[in-house]
Amino acid sequence: MNPAAVIAEDEPLLAQALQAELQRAWPELRVLATVGDGAAAVQAALAHRPDVLFFDIRMPGQGGLEAAAELADAWPAGTPFPALVFVTAYDQYAVQAFEAQAVDYVLKPVQPARLRRTVDKLRELLARRSGGAQELEAALGQLRHLLRAAEAPAPAPQPLLKVIQASVGNTLRMVPLEEVLYFEAADKYVRVVCADGEVLIRTPLKDLLPQLDTQLFWQVHRGTVVRATAIENVLRDEAGKMHLVLSGREERLAVSRLYAHLFKAM
Amino acid sequence: MSTDWISKLRHMLQVTAFCLVVATIQHAFAPDKPYGPPVVYSLLIGLIIWAIIDLGRDRMPSSRETGWPKGWGAIALVSGAIGAGWYFGNLAGDALCRSFGLFGPRSPAAEPAAEMRSGILVTILASVAASYWFYSRGKSEYLLRKMGEAQRHADDARLKLLETQLEPHMLFNTLANLRALIPVDPERAQQMLDHMIAYLRATLDASRAATHPLGSEFERLRDYLELMAIRMGPRLRYTLDLPPELTAVRVPALLLQPLVENGIQHGLEPKVQGGRIAVRARREDARLVIEVEDTGVGNARASAGRPGFGLAQIRERLAALHGGEASLDFHASAEGARARITLPLA
Repeated sequence: MNPAAVIAEDEPLLAQALQAELQRAWPELRVLATVGDGAAAVQAALAHRPDVLFFDIRMPGQGGLEAAAELADAWPAGTPFPALVFVTAYDQYAVQAFEAQAVDYVLKPVQPARLRRTVDKLRELLARRSGGAQELEAALGQLRHLLRAAEAPAPAPQPLLKVIQASVGNTLRMVPLEEVLYFEAADKYVRVVCADGEVLIRTPLKDLLPQLDTQLFWQVHRGTVVRATAIENVLRDEAGKMHLVLSGREERLAVSRLYAHLFKAM
Repeated sequence: MSTDWISKLRHMLQVTAFCLVVATIQHAFAPDKPYGPPVVYSLLIGLIIWAIIDLGRDRMPSSRETGWPKGWGAIALVSGAIGAGWYFGNLAGDALCRSFGLFGPRSPAAEPAAEMRSGILVTILASVAASYWFYSRGKSEYLLRKMGEAQRHADDARLKLLETQLEPHMLFNTLANLRALIPVDPERAQQMLDHMIAYLRATLDASRAATHPLGSEFERLRDYLELMAIRMGPRLRYTLDLPPELTAVRVPALLLQPLVENGIQHGLEPKVQGGRIAVRARREDARLVIEVEDTGVGNARASAGRPGFGLAQIRERLAALHGGEASLDFHASAEGARARITLPLA
């Protein structure tokens, strides 16, 4: 069957242009869907299960990198993970990271000669694809590096937090970091969960992370950071998904595939 | 201040050479006496004074910036060093010369009082001259360094301004749209190119023209918004509302541009369904009120809570032109963001 693609690009003219250029460079490629934001890209990719994804880096809501990471997490077993091509107008750091990770990318405005090289590479890649789990594993490894690079250039190392300051009504609650079991992003807030209750703070998780000791607090999901010593068991369900059981807690925390590599027997 | 040992070593060698010169001059005035003692005394006294001043000045709090203490600290350090150098240098010199027999057959001091007076005089003169020389060299190095820093700051600010004005993302995405438009709608492509030319020209000229009529300001906003409307398609709608009687009012050039660009970049572009941006000017008594309002992500902006470079720059320009008479308020809520500029109408 002819290869299929999904394009995610928020500027309508550019999406059309990419499709037209692809038509010329790769006539047998079928573009199954063109979407304008990251969340729609994840949905379209899951629905169509294409062979190739063209993701714009900057999109409203969720950018291309985050969308790819979410897609890799939700990708069903048994289908080869699509080949990823990122599209960007100008992202110095991202381009450096793509080069380092051998991830394919095209720059806007798309140049036909450059696109043809990308197409050649993709054709070759699809021809020797095994259909096993390697593609997903390889993509997860690359995405891990890319997401880390996307946070760079890292600001100067920040002092580690000792206490969480949360406003509860008119009072300011001071929660020592030693009492925190995990942080969970919830809409506009971050839930700070302790053994004896929880508070909400407004500081986003990504601003909080550089202030935490990463030996002690592990990010296990896009929106979850757990105290490693609070984890009692790591369970794997029939679909291969990991869940964490914390000592003395009822709830189970999902581990994203992106961070599953953290949990291996010594 | 961390000690730069290489420069300390260089100072020490310079002091050593200076001491040898002083000793040689002293010897020249009394050639019948042996050369050894003046060299020994001069070196010992000079190096003790050097050590106290050069190593001591780094430890004085007032010398953190220039490398030299200020006021009485400097006088105390130098005179203390001279006293200590004289006393301990002579002590050590006497001991050395005696144990090595450098004084020769003659008694050490035929006229002790006169010799001591000239010794003190030479020490003071030489120390003050050397200290002054090192001080003025340090000071000119410090001034050069300061000038370099100031130059770098100015360059950084200019570069930052240019970068915000000609954001590469904006530039390349616009060019990509233009490239896409040429084969399918050449006429619209040409219009887009005209808007882009006007936008670029205005951006690059803005630093030169201090003020221009509000009508021109709105034209430049229209250029930018037209470009963005082509790029964002149905996700962007905009309105520009300028009463005809206000078109001639002079305003700082491209004063509103950062507000509109912020509204789009941080308000509407991150919002999946897009939204509206409105720029309105009106007269309120003797004041000109301009509002930039968007229905974007509002207080969920990635930069929420941090005062942006754009806002700070506008406030600076307003203050420079109108002092406390002009103001800029910015308010973001769940429904979007609104910036309001108030200027006195001359």
